[in-house]
Amino acid sequence: MAIITWREALNQAMVEEMEHDEDVFIMGEEIGLYQGAYKVTAGLLQKFGEKRVIDTPIVEASFTGIGIGAAMVGLRPIVEMMTFNFSILAMDQIFNNAAKMRYMSGGQFKMPMVIRGPNGAAHGLAATHSQSFESFYAHVPGLYVIAPSTPADAKGLLKSAIRDDNPVIFLESEVMYGQKGEVPEEEHTIPIGEGDVKREGKDVTVVTWSKMYYVVKQAADELQEEDIDVEIIDPRTIRPLDDEMIIDSVKKTNRIVIVEEGWPFASVSSEIATRVQQKAFDYLDAPVERVNQADVPMPYASNLEKASLPSVARVKKAIKKVLYIEE
Amino acid sequence: MAIKVQMPKLSDTMEEGKILKWLKKEGDQVEQGEVIAEVESDKADMELEAFDSGTLLKIVVPEGKGASVGNVIAIIGEEGEKVDDLLKEDGEEKKEVEESKKEEKDEEKEEGKEEKKKEPEKEKKEPEKEQPKREEPERKPAARDDGAIKASPLARKMADEHGIDLKALDGSGPEGRIVKRDIEKAIEEGVPGKAEPAAPAGEPVAETIELTGMRKAIARRMVESKTSVPHFYLTVEIDMTRIMEARKRINDIQEESKVSFTDIMIKIAAQALLKHPRVNSYWAEDSIKRRGDVNIGIAVALDDGLITPVVRNCDKKGIIQISKETKDYAERARNRKLQPEEYEGGSITISNLGMYDIEEFSAIINPPESSILATGAIVEKPVVRDGQLAVGRTMRVTMSCDHRVVDGAVGAEFLRDFKRMLEDPLVTML
Repeated sequence: MAIITWREALNQAMVEEMEHDEDVFIMGEEIGLYQGAYKVTAGLLQKFGEKRVIDTPIVEASFTGIGIGAAMVGLRPIVEMMTFNFSILAMDQIFNNAAKMRYMSGGQFKMPMVIRGPNGAAHGLAATHSQSFESFYAHVPGLYVIAPSTPADAKGLLKSAIRDDNPVIFLESEVMYGQKGEVPEEEHTIPIGEGDVKREGKDVTVVTWSKMYYVVKQAADELQEEDIDVEIIDPRTIRPLDDEMIIDSVKKTNRIVIVEEGWPFASVSSEIATRVQQKAFDYLDAPVERVNQADVPMPYASNLEKASLPSVARVKKAIKKVLYIEE
Repeated sequence: MAIKVQMPKLSDTMEEGKILKWLKKEGDQVEQGEVIAEVESDKADMELEAFDSGTLLKIVVPEGKGASVGNVIAIIGEEGEKVDDLLKEDGEEKKEVEESKKEEKDEEKEEGKEEKKKEPEKEKKEPEKEQPKREEPERKPAARDDGAIKASPLARKMADEHGIDLKALDGSGPEGRIVKRDIEKAIEEGVPGKAEPAAPAGEPVAETIELTGMRKAIARRMVESKTSVPHFYLTVEIDMTRIMEARKRINDIQEESKVSFTDIMIKIAAQALLKHPRVNSYWAEDSIKRRGDVNIGIAVALDDGLITPVVRNCDKKGIIQISKETKDYAERARNRKLQPEEYEGGSITISNLGMYDIEEFSAIINPPESSILATGAIVEKPVVRDGQLAVGRTMRVTMSCDHRVVDGAVGAEFLRDFKRMLEDPLVTML
């Protein structure tokens, strides 16, 4: 297996799928001549030409709508958001057309479309550019939402997303693009909706995804030294959610902590907590615990930004809380 | 004449009610049917209407206070009427009367003793003895501490499985919550279990069998029957010689369906029920219902339980027809193909364990039926027939009766006829 970055994994996935199917094309801001704001699309323009790699003006609603129209007539667009904070401008298109077209046309139109880009906080981008969107998009029936943590998962899931006939929101992260990991060199796809046990453990289940996985992994490593055995479940796909894997794990460990980068109210973690208490009530030995971003707009001050996000220390504290370990 | 207004029973389960609001004050005129107060029961807030017209002479239980069902909460009468006598004569209701009188004074919660001191106006001689009685109704609500035990869902489930009484444990979690490790410790160290532990605490369980729907239904219905139906038992020994001959001849002269002893007993029980409608009845809480048809249930054993399909209108069917139906029912019961209506509505059930050489047993009534016949094996025995000792073949039958419906003599008469018909099948034609 090759060790490559997240950025390279995404690039490979797109190149392979564009070679595999000439209906696949990509558009977005600065993806062509500039090679991508984060260089994820590096080399694509040279390889596939202007017809399939389209630089757009700064008009998210418009080029998302063009993507939806293209998908309706049979093409397979990839729409890049420079960051998902800008996707707010395209939410009408995404919520009302991408998500609902298959339903409202009685299945006459398919929606083979991927909207991808970085999600969540980076560093010092303040309140309007540091937001996590998984719960926003997962709220809408008709959309798939994918938020992987490793380069291998990113590549396998992006390829599956491009091949799927449903609209997929594919969430990445600025701070993960340089993250390296092993990625299979042969053809590699991962089914949408299938979680992954990232680490086996017997004492506590921690569910997390995307870049929070690395925070949890660090916490788990540190807790191992205190003989606390953490199981990490990465659902990888937020919707549809692999809750069976989560429930099975909770039945084994009897306790769960959910670590989510975004805000706590009406969040992915609150949805998981609901399902766990519904389906594993009799297996719980402690209330479901969550670690989320503080329920405030992201502060600009770097110390406050750090304090508002889930940290290794907060994750460890939550794990000890469900284990009834007092510090 | 002054009339007591009592705390009404506003729901089946209500034991105590609280006066939320008096809509009339002392001295007010009230009309029959007029709402005089709002009362909070265990279910809802309801309006209390006056049953009589008159003047509201006395409010005994003030707003915000509770009173047991039946206790006096107010007095209605003619203006100027004395109510003291009425209040005094009421031994039972008195409790609440006193409590309310004290009301103004006992803002402090632990006023138990003060209350008692006030009581002597009733009986000065025995105030001491009165005390314990008075405390009980007060303590009841507080004594319901079962729901107050804090335990994680998992701890509750584990305690249940191991028959551990949560009340006997101290919780190590936040605010004393009992958690998994507390149960594990209890299992390891052994802790007083509940009255009926699923398995003795600390002893390893070889296997835990999940309950099927049928097992749950059997458990629920049998517990319900044995705990709420007053059973009594009548046993007779029946000479089966003639009926055995009869059965043989029936099976010799026809090949449509091989008739079993159960088939014969169904037919004969049906004939006996026709003569004894009081047995063909069931308890309906506020009345006894007499059945219009004669339906006999037969207990069919399955691998993991049993079921009792019901042969309908047995009095109107020939024995061949009954035999065919029982075979069909038994077959479909084993294949779980019976419809609910096919195992409901029986007059009586017959449970036969003769094939296991059981000579005698008593069965639990299958509610709402009022009786069940438990039939044993046919055994060879010396019998006296016409003054001569002979080898007889006898069967013992035990009838379990619901005493609410079937008295001893009623059941005995039925069983006597059942026995006669079996001993001499010709009797069925009489």
